Amino acid sequence: MSSQVNGGLATLSDQLILATVLLYLAAMIGYALELAFGRVRTVAVVPKRQPVTVGGGASDDVPTGTEEPADVEPEAWAIKAGGIAVLLSWIGWAANLAGILTRGIAVDRWPWGNMYEFVVAICFAAVTAFLVLMTRQPIRFLGAFVTLTAALGLGFAVLFLHVQAGPVMPALNSYWIAIHVTAAIVASGLFILAGVTAILFLIRKDGVASVLPARKDLERITHRAIVISFPIWTFAVIAGAMWADRAWGRYWGWDPKEVWAFITWVAYAAYLHARATAGWRGKAAIIVSLIAFGCLLFNLIGVNMFFSGLHSYADLPK
Amino acid sequence: MTLPPDTRTPAETSIGSTAPEEPTRPVGLGVIGWLRWGWRTLTTMRTALILLFLFALGSVPGSIFPQRGVDPDKVAQYFQNSPTEAEWLDRFKLFDVFTSPWYAAIYLLLFISLAGCVLPRAFTHVKEIRRKPPAAPRNLTRLPYGEAFEGDLTVEEAAARLRRKRFRVVTGPDWVAAEKGYLRETGNLFFHLALLGLLFAVGAGGLYGYRGNVLVVEGDGFANTVAAYDRFMPGQRVTAESLAPFSFTLKDFHATYVDSGEKLGQPLDYGAKLSVKDTPSSPPRDVELKVNDPLDVNGTLTYLIGHGYAPVVKVTDGKGQVAYEGPVPCLVDDQATYTSECTIKVPDAQPAQLGISARFFPTTATDGKTWWSIYPGADNPSLQVYAAYKGDLGLNSGQPQSVYVLDATGMEPLLNMSEPPHAPLLVGGTFELPGGAGKVQFTGVKEWITIQVTRDPGRIPALVAAAVAVIGLVLSLMVRRRRVWVRVTGRKVAVGGLTRTEGDGSAFSEEFAGLVALLRDSQDSPDSPDSQAPPAPQAGDRAAASPTEPGTGPDEE
Ligand code: HEM
Repeated sequence: MSSQVNGGLATLSDQLILATVLLYLAAMIGYALELAFGRVRTVAVVPKRQPVTVGGGASDDVPTGTEEPADVEPEAWAIKAGGIAVLLSWIGWAANLAGILTRGIAVDRWPWGNMYEFVVAICFAAVTAFLVLMTRQPIRFLGAFVTLTAALGLGFAVLFLHVQAGPVMPALNSYWIAIHVTAAIVASGLFILAGVTAILFLIRKDGVASVLPARKDLERITHRAIVISFPIWTFAVIAGAMWADRAWGRYWGWDPKEVWAFITWVAYAAYLHARATAGWRGKAAIIVSLIAFGCLLFNLIGVNMFFSGLHSYADLPK
Repeated sequence: MTLPPDTRTPAETSIGSTAPEEPTRPVGLGVIGWLRWGWRTLTTMRTALILLFLFALGSVPGSIFPQRGVDPDKVAQYFQNSPTEAEWLDRFKLFDVFTSPWYAAIYLLLFISLAGCVLPRAFTHVKEIRRKPPAAPRNLTRLPYGEAFEGDLTVEEAAARLRRKRFRVVTGPDWVAAEKGYLRETGNLFFHLALLGLLFAVGAGGLYGYRGNVLVVEGDGFANTVAAYDRFMPGQRVTAESLAPFSFTLKDFHATYVDSGEKLGQPLDYGAKLSVKDTPSSPPRDVELKVNDPLDVNGTLTYLIGHGYAPVVKVTDGKGQVAYEGPVPCLVDDQATYTSECTIKVPDAQPAQLGISARFFPTTATDGKTWWSIYPGADNPSLQVYAAYKGDLGLNSGQPQSVYVLDATGMEPLLNMSEPPHAPLLVGGTFELPGGAGKVQFTGVKEWITIQVTRDPGRIPALVAAAVAVIGLVLSLMVRRRRVWVRVTGRKVAVGGLTRTEGDGSAFSEEFAGLVALLRDSQDSPDSPDSQAPPAPQAGDRAAASPTEPGTGPDEE
């Protein structure tokens, strides 16, 4: 592999990431306006079960106690703000993608070889998960929180983690990076989505009017996101073990990163069990999911900063 | 109507979690009663949950404190820096978390709980797979998914169409009951059993496998015997004879680094050229050993895990005789520049043994007073002697000693670190030790590599178990268990559906709509069903037998 770096492209990548932050922030404002002046969900509980319409598609998921939009018509301009926000977040998404691609092309390798690139990719994954899910589910209310999280994550990466584009350690120069790290990124993006909805669940009180959907909907989205990401995370951990088997001479050696990947995995498994255990459904399970999310974040940031181990390729700025 | 609060499948609710969440404590039931209570408590979901938490929590100290199995040097350092604290930590096995009895207690309990929970569930599931879907409830349109339409559908035709959708189907006189999604529970069971398999594979690998580390200098050889290792960690069942009898010579090590710009000195690539003999009698073959690309000799794997410099020196003693000649492997002090620390022990020197400390700079730079390395490649190597002692090296004292550390207690200093440093030697240069104690000649540079040799017979079984676990997990989380009923009364057709998995209603409503469309589509039917009117509906008797709550009804144990 050559050590040649295309400086022009690398700079373009940095600029694209900055543009992404601004676009996400702008989108966030749009979503927030829609949320603040749009529909308010009251406590009005609809009759237990709606008659099922012919065609069937309209039937509700759990046909009890759905909360209905208030009578108050949402402001038309607020809805428009939401629409613009969706557009802005797609443009931001494209800029984010372009930022990742240009960096990858500039250094001629997979663009997740250090912590800066990794965090940028995870923010991208979180926004992607949100945008894709939004095409199938009514989750636009999440927009403000997801874009804010992504903007903060990217801002953090730009300010504290940024390193010049360059080649990676020989050990990272393997096709395994494409498998292991990509899976970790995708899973992390979805876990972020689940973390955001879990926090909203805790903020949202039952039985009061709110701009947020009902708790059970938030719970459902959290669960859905974790159900998708948990197997991906499992795969990422296993792929990591397979890579370690190629690179370090053992598939599992309790390196700090491995320990925390394992803790995270067990914690999310605990969430799935809590959800199936009497007395733990609902709030308790949501709190377990947030503990698991905390473990994930600690593994991402804390382990690289506080512990040294074989995974210390993170290449933090000195 | 509402869904039953517990929408999981009966199998999921009946074992583990049905054992009442908190089994009532037996009063005066004696040993058997207590054992039974203990077993039932151990196999509840709640206990499993608590054990999962403990499992996670118990792993945390393993990342905070250095671990003997990972980095024994750091543990030794901990003992040196804060002995009392270290002793306490050691009492709780916090330097050996993952092999400690308390950690083993957590995971063994968890896995016993898992077996106690999953095996009965497996039996239930096998029975359930054999059983027919439950009869149709009376009022299908009142199910969470329900629809009615008019059409010429017969029971047989409805059953056939559902079967084509790979539903398991039973028919009654005027109804069809269909169920699908058994793979969910199957996947879940396989997942949990695979975890048990993984535990066994890892355990077997630990018992029957071994790991060893050794440093090899260019030009030297290595033969796979216990004595050849610097550090050898065998499993309990490994004997010296079971080591694969391969050997190799390290012909050359080469590394390339970034040679300009901000990333100056970052390694780009390295590799070692070996000449390998798989058995003592087989012909040598050339192998390029690289990172991410181990040497495989019949399942025994050799990895390149580190490298450094070994300056070649010639030490002449006070009597003018060559007391040592050869490479001295130096420890890397700074990864960015490969400045290395060298310890030269010369036990054969006369009249007194010599101990010499030196620094090796691969690419030397200087301001005239001090010297340092600016680049890890050996572009301008030099060796700087900065301390020397004569006297007893203590090699015969019985105390184990590291070859990389000079313990100068009881030796007489010839040259002190506090003096201004001497200019380093370039290749070919000679340093005269003070007081006629001898001289050190720097004659060349070699490189060394550290390798790790492992044999782990559990790795392939572990991989298989892990793969089964992932597949089982995906099935368990993605497949929906669902039931559909059709009741045909004359030209009236009622269809009802029920998914028994939480939180995926929208997906099922699509599927349900699709099924309804499939059933309505009269073109699909090959012959006209009109002539064969279905038997008259038998009201009452059957309906009394059929469940009103299909989710919890007929297949409850
Ligand atoms: C090493 C320990 C364990 C791990 C890592 C583990 C992991 C998992 C995971 C990831 C799931 C998700 C699949 C799903 O939600 O359908 C699951 C489900 C389940 N596990 Fe475990 N498990 C463990 C031990 C146990 C034990 C000891 C029990 C019994 C007491 C148990 C009972 C169950 C049940 C009943 C489900 C289905 C729950 C549901 O319907 O969501 N597991 N397990």
